Amino acid sequence: MMRKIVLPGSVVGDAKEKLPGRGVFKEGDKLYASRLGIVSDKGRYVNIIPLSGVYDPNIGDNVIGVVQEAFKNAWLIDINAPYPAFLGVDNVPWRVDYGETTKYLKIGDVLIVSIVSVDEARNIDVSMKCKACRKIDEGLIIDIQPSKVPRVIGKNSSMLSVLKKYTGCWIFVGQNGRIWIKGKDEEKIKLLIKAIRKIEKEAHTTGLTERITKMLGG
Amino acid sequence: MMKDGIRIDGRKPDELRPIKIEAGVLYRADGSCYLEWGGNKIMAAVYGPREAMPRHIQDPTKAIVNARYNMVPFSVEDRKRPGPDRRSVEISKVTSEALEGVIFTELFPRATIDVCIEVLDAEAGTRCAGITAAAVALADAGIPMRDLPVACAAGKVDGTVVLDLTSDEDKEGDADLPIAIAPRTEEILLMQMDGHMTPAEFDEAVELAIKGCREVSKLQREALMNKYKTFEVE
Repeated sequence: MMRKIVLPGSVVGDAKEKLPGRGVFKEGDKLYASRLGIVSDKGRYVNIIPLSGVYDPNIGDNVIGVVQEAFKNAWLIDINAPYPAFLGVDNVPWRVDYGETTKYLKIGDVLIVSIVSVDEARNIDVSMKCKACRKIDEGLIIDIQPSKVPRVIGKNSSMLSVLKKYTGCWIFVGQNGRIWIKGKDEEKIKLLIKAIRKIEKEAHTTGLTERITKMLGG
Repeated sequence: MMKDGIRIDGRKPDELRPIKIEAGVLYRADGSCYLEWGGNKIMAAVYGPREAMPRHIQDPTKAIVNARYNMVPFSVEDRKRPGPDRRSVEISKVTSEALEGVIFTELFPRATIDVCIEVLDAEAGTRCAGITAAAVALADAGIPMRDLPVACAAGKVDGTVVLDLTSDEDKEGDADLPIAIAPRTEEILLMQMDGHMTPAEFDEAVELAIKGCREVSKLQREALMNKYKTFEVE
């Protein structure tokens, strides 16, 4: 189904009936879109689902980060957002003594972390105390546009299960647009990357899951 | 310069030059736009919001909008010496301020939004074309904005107020008035003037320029819609 695409400054609703949600602002008694996207006005709020843009961190997201800096009792993690995230020693599964952070995580290490808090000043805290969280030391990471992530996962993970089923690879999709791939067969990995690039390129078309299934030999 | 109300290039006084806008032309930039406006060819790219570096330029309350207007050496008839000069520094500054007027900078404290405007080919009115292209690139990058800014110039040639001056009209004419507006509210984001006009002519020129902006605004929206028109959600 086609949904309405709006641009910054487009009217998306009446302020008397609905409340401004994500990507929407109120001026007078009208609601306007503040960014390019698709309108979603189910419920009390009018929201804009963005079609482009950088990763906007949300609490609970599992993302793939790279250690950027190590302090005495914390690390700074690059999570592909406008700001680096803070990983304190209390939020890791190990007991880290003061000044010994680099014994556990070095600069350049890749991790799956979950976002625990984002405040007004956009200070981001991440934690490694979640089910999926771990240090990644094998496989490879590819980057896609964060706005295309929902498409790679698909409705009820339909696309992801297709990718896993036909390539036999282990795939983890971070909400920030980084994808971790682990597999034994080099040819299959190459095919998988090709498929992900195709999804990214054709994210706006319908029937993509079927086409990807066909491409992967299903 | 004018003959029977027709201008040197055959346009009517209130007619724009042909404009072509394309959004999302660069893969590595977060947002981009290619624009052709008469003889102008402009490429705009937007990066960010990203952390402002060095750290001392960060503003803890809002994002910095950092526009960079640059003319490439082959954009003009004589070779232009590369690098920023007095003119491009000024245009970069006024463009940054015009764009800052519509961006929700307070959503991204400590960050910067970098806008690169490259003039590949110049034929008068590059600052207006630059702002128009930058606006499309910003929308393409998903930057939250109050409105999609747009710019257009008006001026005076041979005593007549005209829209969108060409290079010859700009050089030989009496006045040039580039303005940028937020089309929804008609809030003025940029206004500069070169030359002389009477108050009555000035009012007429502003009105004409706003009319021009409205036309360009439609093309901007079309360009963005074209990129995403087939977007469907299952």
